[in-house]
Amino acid sequence: MTESLPKWADILLIPLVNLVLALIVSGIVVALIGKDPFEALYILVNGSVGSAYGWGYTLFYTTNFIFTGLGVAVAFHARLFNIGGEGQAALGGLGVALVLLYLPLPHWSLAIIAASLGAALFGAAWAAIPAYLQAQRGSHIVITTIMFNFIASALMVYLLSRVLLVPGAGGSPETARFVEAVRLPNAYDIAPWLGFSRSTPLNVSFFLALAACVFVWALIWRTRLGYEIRSFGKSEPAGLYGGISSTRITMVAMLISGGLIGLMAINSVMGEAERLVIDPVQGAGFVGIAVALMGRSHPLGVFLAALLFGALYQGGGELTFEMNGMTREIILVIQALVILFTGALDNMVRAPIARVFLTLRRKPAQKAGS
Amino acid sequence: MTSDGNPDLAIELRGISKAFGPVQANKDISIQVKRGTIHGIIGENGAGKSTLMSILYGFYKADAGEVLIGGKTTPIPDSQAAIDAGIGMVFQHFKLVENFTVLENVILGAEDGALLKPSLAKARKLLTDLAQEYEMDVDPDAVIEDLGVGQQQRVEILKALYREADILILDEPTGVLTPAEADHLFRILKGLKDEGKTIILITHKLREIMEITDTVSVMRRGEMTATVKTAETSPEQLAELMVGRKVLLRVDKVPATPGETVLSVRGLRVVDDQGVERLRGIDLDIRAGEVLGIAGVAGNGQSELLEVLGGYTQGTGTITMNGEQIDLTGTASDARTRRARGIAHVPEDRQREGLIMDFGAWENVAFGYHHSEPFCRGLFMDHGAMRDDCAAKMERFDVRPPDPTLAAKNFSGGNQQKIVLAREIERNPDLLLIGQPTRGVDIGAIEFIHQQVIALRDQGKAILLVSVELDEIMALSDRIAVMFDGRIMGERLPDQTDANELGLLMAGMTGKDAAA
Repeated sequence: MTESLPKWADILLIPLVNLVLALIVSGIVVALIGKDPFEALYILVNGSVGSAYGWGYTLFYTTNFIFTGLGVAVAFHARLFNIGGEGQAALGGLGVALVLLYLPLPHWSLAIIAASLGAALFGAAWAAIPAYLQAQRGSHIVITTIMFNFIASALMVYLLSRVLLVPGAGGSPETARFVEAVRLPNAYDIAPWLGFSRSTPLNVSFFLALAACVFVWALIWRTRLGYEIRSFGKSEPAGLYGGISSTRITMVAMLISGGLIGLMAINSVMGEAERLVIDPVQGAGFVGIAVALMGRSHPLGVFLAALLFGALYQGGGELTFEMNGMTREIILVIQALVILFTGALDNMVRAPIARVFLTLRRKPAQKAGS
Repeated sequence: MTSDGNPDLAIELRGISKAFGPVQANKDISIQVKRGTIHGIIGENGAGKSTLMSILYGFYKADAGEVLIGGKTTPIPDSQAAIDAGIGMVFQHFKLVENFTVLENVILGAEDGALLKPSLAKARKLLTDLAQEYEMDVDPDAVIEDLGVGQQQRVEILKALYREADILILDEPTGVLTPAEADHLFRILKGLKDEGKTIILITHKLREIMEITDTVSVMRRGEMTATVKTAETSPEQLAELMVGRKVLLRVDKVPATPGETVLSVRGLRVVDDQGVERLRGIDLDIRAGEVLGIAGVAGNGQSELLEVLGGYTQGTGTITMNGEQIDLTGTASDARTRRARGIAHVPEDRQREGLIMDFGAWENVAFGYHHSEPFCRGLFMDHGAMRDDCAAKMERFDVRPPDPTLAAKNFSGGNQQKIVLAREIERNPDLLLIGQPTRGVDIGAIEFIHQQVIALRDQGKAILLVSVELDEIMALSDRIAVMFDGRIMGERLPDQTDANELGLLMAGMTGKDAAA
């Protein structure tokens, strides 16, 4: 079925149709609770991309989702389902915080390098244990990664309330603020003429995320390691025949995956919160799964899907402020519908579209024949 | 519409057509099969045999045409309708519940009521009757997984007979059988024919068609090219009808001139994940410039032999390659180090192991050699070099269509095999391991592949050939070793043995048993 579709239809048309379907069903849900779906759509779109303020938040969320989406995508290529993004990103945050709290770094440019190493290292380390258990013991990685989310969560609570707690912070378990010298320039610092406010969360990490997209593209489609990861992911028996070690690929792919997800903390912990708080991830680890699925595990697709989910997050937030009765739960329903249609119900749309293309193609062929 | 046909015909197909997307699998096919005959359907892979039979058994719906059974138009929307019309099907891959007994399998789906006892009693009686009538003795209380393949196949036939099938369709029934088991099956089929049953035999083996059918239909590219009386045709003529041109059924080769020993195997043992010993002490030598053929029924350790030599199953014993001992268990034992030693491997299952089906041909030609020039430069793959290499190989091996970007899954079986063969042969190995070289490959490509193997031998390379096709072993090998239950039962020279003797060895009988 798949090869009957042109590539552009596979990458752009189908996700678009899926999205429209999801919005239609969301509209019905909104109408059912007695609100005007068109007004809701207007607020959603306007709130996310209608102003510099909205863009600042949209692209901030997008940055998070690019990192987690890329991480999940790399694991997907090795046919590993890494749903441990929440834990790996949280540990990434721990890595960032340790680097920034304990290393005397004079300038943000040095700090972002050191903190990136810390974030990637801690994220990768958190992915390494499930990867090892999968590769050596056959423990299913879906089970172990999700369990490691809970372990990470408990670990963070312990560390923040007992070990890293700033003296005199009162009730909120968080670390001290990072020093001003390592504060990442935000969109206002870089390009004030674009109209971003001084407090916009969008910061230079966005460029790091774009660089990560290019890195993943080159890794997967240009390097020998990427070739081996894809081979192994497509067929494990063939991988063995080709001399590709399943242990090595499982470990390496998960380390890269966890490292990329850990990098998310550069954006959220270093760039925005400027200290480590109790839940720095805010569900971005799970959104990364949807982003990777919708983006077909391709960096460009991941970028576009992350942008969409970033807009949904920001627009959804606006919706709860602007529209009476639009609770957080309704926003969750809308986001879930988008995930459902773009991820799980993909084949529902794919088969009819493939059929349309097939008949379109057969018609000119018949004409040429007769 | 219901134009009644000749009631002497068990089955008549009129103008059956079926398309899958742009592929016309069956094009205006008409056959008449007389009651009480054995009718063969022969054709290459992808010729449309299986599609046609699936239509007859209600798995697919024909786009056009009608099916007449016993002279009456009979629509077959599903397999229940086919069973009701008296059609029984024995699939190539058996559809048995492994942990049920024979009796339970026979009545499955055809129970007379909510209580099983009457059905079981009825089936037991039928089985006893049939066992006497045609050598169909199967223990009714045996569990399927404990039975050999030959017996499992008999259970499939019994299932069809229990459902009162008058027309029995068998799809490639001898693929998994020893020659003796195949002979037994043919005796059963002849007995059923004498009882007035009609049998349709789908096969790609010309010998079987000649041996047991009354009439034969040849299919090529979805069309029925001829229906002839078996007595009035010859294997050569059938092959030509199948392929559309003259085919060399024999392999032309000069006697081998073996050189030094390339591979030497002593006391090789392999234990699988379940702790079952799959290889129980194999000794063999292969010299440069000769083909050693391993004959045997599938599942007697041949696959494990290839895998351990190819480097991706661990074993114990000693393997010496070009005088150097190969590490069999350590970390330095994998497919990559074997390739570095000059061992190339065309695996038995090219779709599962030999190729990444979703990859383009150009990515597949580097597979296994992706660490080395010209495919790899430092950490990066050289896509240009891979594409060029693929295009050149496609030309030399006549791969069709010669499109390097096409995904491996979109090539025919023969062309897939040519891609694997080109990749492995052109690396100039000292030893080629080649498993089931022509399984699922059309006759035209078989000829080409056989020629390539012999050409490689004549260049002075050592070749280990594993095949379940005895004809292929006989045609290509300079020496034949027969495997049974993880052991080598004996070695023979192809011109000093015959299918009978090899068949007995394949069934586990040694020379003495065979003589007795």
